[in-house]
Order: sequence, then structure tokens, then C-alpha cells
Amino acid sequence: MRQIIKLQDVWKTYKMGNIEVNALQGLELDVKEGEFLAIMGPSGSGKSTAVNMIGCLDVPTKGKITLEQHDISKLSESELAQIRGRKIGFIFQQFNLIPTLTALENVMLPMIFQGVDEEKRKERAAMLLGLVELGDRTNHKPTELSGGQQQRVAIARALANNPDVIIADEPTGNLDSKTGAIVLDFLQKLHKKERKTIVMVTHDASLVKVAERVEFLKDGKIVKSLRR
Amino acid sequence: MIKDYFKVGIDNLFHRKLRSWLTMVGIFIGIAAVVGLISLGQGMKEAIGNVFLNIGADKLVVQAKSGLQFAGPPGTSAASNLTTHDMDVIKRVNGVEQVGARLIKPVKLEFSNEVKFYFAASMPDDDEGRELVTDVNRYETEAGRLLKRGDKFKAFIGSNVANKGIFRKRVELGNTIKINDAEFEVVGILKKSGNPQQDRVVIIPEDTMRQVLKIDRKKVDVIAVQVQKGVDANKVADDIERAMRRDRDLELGKEDFQISTPQQILETLDTILTMVEIVLIGIAAISLLVGGIGIANTMYTAVVERTKEIGIMKSIGAQNKDILLIFVIESGLLGLAGGAIGIVFGIGLSKLVEYLAFAFLGTSLIKAFFPWYLIVGSLVFSFLIGTISGFFPARQAASLKPVDALRYE
Ligand SMILES: Nc1ncnc2c1ncn2[C@@H]1O[C@H](COP(=O)(O)OP(=O)(O)O)[C@@H](O)[C@H]1O
Ligand SMILES: [Mg+2]
Repeated sequence: MRQIIKLQDVWKTYKMGNIEVNALQGLELDVKEGEFLAIMGPSGSGKSTAVNMIGCLDVPTKGKITLEQHDISKLSESELAQIRGRKIGFIFQQFNLIPTLTALENVMLPMIFQGVDEEKRKERAAMLLGLVELGDRTNHKPTELSGGQQQRVAIARALANNPDVIIADEPTGNLDSKTGAIVLDFLQKLHKKERKTIVMVTHDASLVKVAERVEFLKDGKIVKSLRR
Repeated sequence: MIKDYFKVGIDNLFHRKLRSWLTMVGIFIGIAAVVGLISLGQGMKEAIGNVFLNIGADKLVVQAKSGLQFAGPPGTSAASNLTTHDMDVIKRVNGVEQVGARLIKPVKLEFSNEVKFYFAASMPDDDEGRELVTDVNRYETEAGRLLKRGDKFKAFIGSNVANKGIFRKRVELGNTIKINDAEFEVVGILKKSGNPQQDRVVIIPEDTMRQVLKIDRKKVDVIAVQVQKGVDANKVADDIERAMRRDRDLELGKEDFQISTPQQILETLDTILTMVEIVLIGIAAISLLVGGIGIANTMYTAVVERTKEIGIMKSIGAQNKDILLIFVIESGLLGLAGGAIGIVFGIGLSKLVEYLAFAFLGTSLIKAFFPWYLIVGSLVFSFLIGTISGFFPARQAASLKPVDALRYE
């Protein structure tokens, strides 16, 4: 399988006043096209930091990240933004929808930044909301939706520009187990039917059954790998 | 794409709290002042220009110092203190060709059972005086004639008086009007002059006026002076002033009369207008500055409040320039909104001044005037102020690191 993202000896150091926190300490990780990768580990182990690197949302303090043969340290901020916009779809634990926009407008937003014209944006956003079974909620604001529904809007938004990779950072962390299962179901469908590469962070062991590979993170390093 | 950012901006404006709308007050006052100022100033200048356009530079007007003026201790500004003796004094001054006296008095004016309190002015009974007054005022009839030698209870009137400007019924040639219960026959109606004062005159022979209103034979209100050809009117004005001062035994600077040329009046009015303009421009500039700072301040607040949103937008592919544009456009729209409200108030304000001036001062000199470029210019200007004020906050928003912005709660 083709490799799309490769992290080599990646370090990330945050400075909080005088204290330095090493969120990543020589992380080695690669993501292959079309796989469903789960990242597990205790809170504070550096999972979010790691997937933010994968998604080009953050850059390492030290080390090398290669994205489809490109060294991302050589890319400008706006090039990274364009990669995020076109190739990556993010799903967050707190849903992160824009509260003033309707479900439809939220899903349309990533397409605005890629210059898609309005007609096409509307059409695709409506289609995607249909896909996550929210076709009847397009004009609802996030606050008028349940947590599970909001996360499905976020999934639709992540798919807006038809990205190769979906990054889901604890997507069920704010949901009860029943609605969490529905969201997980959608991710699995995306993987199986749409052949999307999925990187999912979780600390819930019961969720990793859907993953093909599990990497265990502790203190900013991989401590165990599991292939199924 | 820019179009979409305008949509996003408008959307965001509608979600703003009252507090951030209040910061537009500065822009709003500034633009209202600018619009009011320009619309009134233009109209006023035009009207004043019209009034004085046709009066020559070789005429002077002498009258008692007006009570409205600030100079002089109280009590010195009684009604007219000019007499026929002053006319004799003026006549003897070198360079004076001709003098004519006028009375201008409040009267009870009656026509077809309608009574109004109004003003009437006199026409000299001698031919030279009549000619001079006719000349100075450029009286021209639309119908009928002006007054002539031997006229007693005859009158001519301004076009506004004739055409329902005062009375409900039109006043025709040959009609009778009553001035303090004495009957006068209307023998002439003046052409519309464009000068509102002139269009509202009621003029009767001097002798008759003295008789009806029981005015002392010696008293006059205004003395019109014709300066000889080729003589400097300003010098003659100085000489007249000196002669009258000596005659009245007054010290320099304590005059109880004033001499003006039409040009002088025009210049004085122009100076007053310019001063008013400078003050208003100052107010406008300060409030626009305050408004700009207010907008910058709300935009900084908005950047902080929407830090998380900025992070979200960056995570889904917004580049720095997109964020910059979104915020700059939004603050431009904030300025534009303030400007639009300001324009509405500015128009209202100048209409109000126009109305008050007409209702209380009886002048239609003050005319509000709204050229399209004033409206469009103000809108563009307020949008620009908004964008300029929003630039630094927007740049700050654009430079936020995506992860940091996302972590912000
Ligand atoms: N922007 C940041 N500034 C300072 N410290 C951070 C920042 N992001 C993460 N950290 C710290 O780095 C460590 C790893 O964080 P994170 O990657 O969020 O862990 P996880 O997602 O596994 O809970 C934690 O100790 C966290 O406090
Ligand atoms: Mg995390």
C-alpha cells in the first residue's frame, strides 16, 4: 500500500513560561493510503499533537514530516492551509462547528476557501448532509442540533472537498455510547465504501475494533503497535 | 470568493451584540455632520450668491447698528436712530451721487378678510430717490407698474405675496389690501427674483406710510447711497462714517450706525459660513477618528471572541489572506452601516434646519441640497474608514497559529 504521510523522529516542545513540555519525543509513524489507523494512549500522551502534525495543522519543533514525497517543513503557511483544505478533513471532539452558521453553511464553508462556486457548494453540501442522514436539518444552527447530529454535520464538512485523509480526534469523546456508535458507523462506511484513509484518536478500547492498525502512544512516543 | 466574504461579513454583523453596534456612533455622528454640513453649506452658498449677484459695487447701505450684533453695550441698539438730517450729512460727503431713504416697519396687513402681521417698506416720493431705490433693489414688474410721482394709497408687491405665499387667495392687480386699516390699491406685481426677501415685499409711498403709521417726518430706517462713477466705494464709506461720527459727536468704535456694501455683506456671510464649516469639519473629523478607533476596538474584541472560529476556519483550509479579508470586509461593513445611518440622520438634520430657518427666521436662504456624489462619497468613505480601522485587528487574526486558536476557549 502506498504511503501518504511519514513522521520521522518528530519532536514537539511547548513552552509555558519557563516550563518546557515535550508533547512528542521522537515519534515515528507512517500512514498508508486507504487504511484505518487508530491511535490510543492516556490523556496528555501527545495523541492530538501527533494527529495535528499528520493533518498539517502544526509543524514539528524537530524532525521530518513527508507528505506524498514533500517535506512539509519546506512549505509555506498558505501552502499548508491549501493542503488542509483539499486533502485533509478534520473531525474534532468538540465538533467545532461555527455557531452562527446553519448546518448547510457549515458544510459549504471549506468549499468557499477552495473557490468552489455557490451553486456547486450548495448542491454538494446538501448531498453530504443527506449522506449523514441530516437532509432534513440543513437549515438548523448547531445549537438546535444534538451532539450526535452536530458530529455528523462535522463529518459532512470534513468530506466537503473530497479529501484523501480524514482525521478524527476523539470523535465520540463528547457523545454517549449509542450516538457514538452511529458516528463510528459513518466513519467505517467512509473507509469501506469511499476508500478514505482514516486516522482516529481514541482512548476507548471498545472503539478500536473497527481499526486495521492500532498504535499506542505514551509520553510522545509509540510504545506498542497492533495489526489486525 | 470576495462576494462570499461579504456575505460572511454581513452575517457576522447581524450576530453582533448591541455593544459593538454602539461603537459605530462615532462614524455615525461624523458622517451625519459631513452630510448635513455639505448639503446645507452648498445650498446656502448658492442662495447667497444669487441674492447678491445683481447688486452693483457702487452702492452703499447705511442703517442703525442692529440689536442682534454683539458689539456695543445694551440699550444702544434701539430701533432706527437715523433721520433726514443724516441724509443731508451724507449728501455733503465727497463722492456721493445720490441718497434715498427707506422706512421698513411692521404692519397689520389684510386681504380678503385675512389678517397677517407683516412688514411694509417705503418708496421715496422724489424722483431721484425712487430711481436709486429701484436701482439698488432691481425692482422689475411682472404686471402693472412701480410707484410714480403723485401716488398716494397705491402699493406694489413681491411675487410671493401675490401668489398665495401669505394669503390663501391670489392678489391680483387692482385688488385692495389694507395696511393698518388704510386701503391701498395694488398697482404692480414684481417678477420672481430668486431673492426670497425681495419676493415678499409690500411697498407703498413714503409720505402715505408716515401718515398711516404716524411716523415722525424726520425718521428713516435705511439710507441707500449711490456712489459717483469712478470713485472707490470703500473710501466713500469711510468718509461717510467719519462725517456721521463727527456730526453725532461719537468716538471711533462707538458708532451706533453701520455702513455696508453689498460685497461686504457677502464677504461677512461667507466668512461666517466658512467658520461654521471649519467647526463642523473639526467635529466631523474628530468623530470619524473616534469612530475609527471604536471600530478597531470592536474588531480586536471580535478577534479574541472568535479566536476559536479562526482556528476552525484555518483547520478547514482558510489561508491567512482569507481570514484577513473576512475581518477587513466585516469591519468595512461595520463602517458602512454607521455611514448609512449617518447619512439618513444628516439628511434629516439639514431638512430640519431648513424647516426651522423657514419657520422661525422666515428665510428660505437655507436650502438642503443632496447631490448623489455626496451620498455615494459618504458611503465609500465610511466603508474605507471601517476597513482601515479593521486592518490591524484583522492582521492579528490572520496570524494566529491554527492549533493555538483551536485550543482557545
Ligand atoms: N499549545 C500547547 N501549549 C502548551 N502545551 C501543550 C499545547 N498542546 C499540548 N500541550 C501539552 O502537550 C501534551 C500533549 O498534549 P495532547 O497532544 O493534547 O495530548 P492528548 O491529545 O494525548 O491528550 C500535554 O501535556 C499538553 O498539556
Ligand atoms: Mg487530545
